[in-house]
Amino acid sequence: MEILVCVKRVPDTSENEIELNSAGNDIERDDLVYSVNEWDNYAVEEALQIVDKAGGSVTVVTVGDDESEEVLRREMAMGADKGILLSDDAFEGADGRGIATILKAAVDQGSYDLILTGAQADDGAAQVGGMLAAMLDVPYASLVNKIDVNGDKITVGREIEGGNQEMHEIALPCVLSIQTGINEPRYVGIRGIRKVASVEIPTLGAGDLGLDAGAVAAKVKRLDYFLPDMGEGAEMLEGDTDEIIEKLIEMLKAKGGLK
Amino acid sequence: MAQLFAYILHKDGELDDSAMELLAAAKKIDAGANPTAIVAGAPDGLDDVCNKAAAGYSEVWKVASDALAYPDAEITRKILVNILPADGIVLLSHEHFAMDLAPGLSVKLDSAFAADVVDIEGADGDTLKLVRQAYGGAVSAHVDCDASAGAVLTLRPGVFAAEDVSAGGTVVDKSGEAGDTATARKFIEIVEAEAGDVDITKSEVLVSVGRGVEDEDNIEVAFDLAKAMGADVSCSRPIVDAKWMAKARQVGTSGQTVKPKVYLACGISGSFQHMGGIKGNPFIVAINKNAKAPIFQVADVGIVADILEFLPDLTEKIEEA
Ligand SMILES: Cc1cc2nc3c(=O)[nH]c(=O)nc-3n(C[C@H](O)[C@H](O)[C@H](O)COP(=O)(O)OP(=O)(O)OC[C@H]3O[C@@H](n4cnc5c(N)ncnc54)[C@H](O)[C@@H]3O)c2cc1C
Repeated sequence: MEILVCVKRVPDTSENEIELNSAGNDIERDDLVYSVNEWDNYAVEEALQIVDKAGGSVTVVTVGDDESEEVLRREMAMGADKGILLSDDAFEGADGRGIATILKAAVDQGSYDLILTGAQADDGAAQVGGMLAAMLDVPYASLVNKIDVNGDKITVGREIEGGNQEMHEIALPCVLSIQTGINEPRYVGIRGIRKVASVEIPTLGAGDLGLDAGAVAAKVKRLDYFLPDMGEGAEMLEGDTDEIIEKLIEMLKAKGGLK
Repeated sequence: MAQLFAYILHKDGELDDSAMELLAAAKKIDAGANPTAIVAGAPDGLDDVCNKAAAGYSEVWKVASDALAYPDAEITRKILVNILPADGIVLLSHEHFAMDLAPGLSVKLDSAFAADVVDIEGADGDTLKLVRQAYGGAVSAHVDCDASAGAVLTLRPGVFAAEDVSAGGTVVDKSGEAGDTATARKFIEIVEAEAGDVDITKSEVLVSVGRGVEDEDNIEVAFDLAKAMGADVSCSRPIVDAKWMAKARQVGTSGQTVKPKVYLACGISGSFQHMGGIKGNPFIVAINKNAKAPIFQVADVGIVADILEFLPDLTEKIEEA
């Protein structure tokens, strides 16, 4: 089974507080810590587990700048066999559709039975996997939290409301977007990263992929980041801990929160 | 302005809450719009659903197909590609069905796609002026969407306020245009979630912990507090993903819907998927070490503190009292 996993380098929201810059039109990008999109680690782990059982290899791919190489290396340290960086000035400002177009061009250069993406990334759009499947004209399932491989078919579970699972049988090849919780992604230590530090990662640009700027022209453009006026918000309890606790206990009593 | 469409979710003969929210959203694109509702499903009982949709929409397209005995997104996408005009603007509710259906639909229709839209500021010619969020709701963004060749938009549930309407619309049967419904993905069954040792949907008071608890060993601080308060413990999704608590304790759109009187959110950032599982307007107390956490926008009372210190202190004071 040849598996391609699409990953993205994103600001790590557990390491940074995402804030607006002083101009109020973008997030503050100084000192941001980046990491692999949370969902993608689950996708890579799942690919590795499938290959452990069914044989084959795992390739990780990302669209990004030079710095995105580090997330490919991290996923290779997890066990992915190969990384591919898709990078070109022409890709800057691409929307979800553009990213899917670039990935499609890379998929066309390989021969993959299964393509995985994270269910969503930092912009919460959950769009690239479904677009890629439609461009490739293969089946798609989103929010996958279970995969069983049986020959050239797989059985997948999709997470729906209330923790229920929607089960499907899908003929390969297909694209799946992976939901968190499907597995427990393995830990990557410094030694693992060192091992893959000097592995060659091919970089493909627009020309290599047979794409021109028009192919990735964005129809959807983000103009800024801003903080909306959310009205009053919470009443903040201030003072020393004892005062806060005293006020809180009174409120909880009044609202029926203490028995 | 291009024709507007609203894809209507329904279950057991009832419209989803989002059905009329999409109508409200369409009016924000164009106040004079008369969007068309699309109601697809198995033939049995579908007329009744169409009539309910026609209460709000002046036109309802009915698509009856035996293939939709279960609302499968892959099949629905094929049908929509057959019946929709290429330059239409299609609105769907941003939840698991649309996440399955909509991105691919936009590709097949060759139209623009914007997901999880939280506000619409209107249209400037063919450009839709949208608002989205990023980074788990920490910031918002204005987004321009070029709808000149059509657009597919998914809208966050619960943010577009449905209005009382009486359109007395007409139902148009489009079933004959549905076309081939064969897909390489076959629905098998729904596997129901396992019940847990507690039923948090019945709890009046919940102490809910999120990723801020940092480590499995720290979960104890929530259970200790809950015991002192006479509350139950629930959690956000990352706690279940990490296998620190059972799925049955997860609050949110992919977990349980709870209706407590009091909800203590401890180390939870306040994502819409989490908050979407909290109904009945409880008294929400948020405890978070980040003063800018989005949860403080939706909570009634906020405390900026480290839960690993604050919760044990609170427990102690309650036990003393
Ligand atoms: C399709 C889909 C369905 C989903 N369904 C659900 C769902 O049902 N339920 C759900 O919860 N999520 C769901 N999610 C995930 C959701 O998007 C968020 O990722 C999740 O809710 C975040 O959980 P959290 O708030 O615990 O973690 P984070 O967003 O990481 O927030 C942790 C918070 O803890 C604070 N913190 C850290 N340390 C401390 C400390 N020591 N003391 C105090 N505060 C601290 C931080 O400031 C931060 O605000 C879903 C996502 C998708 C894509």
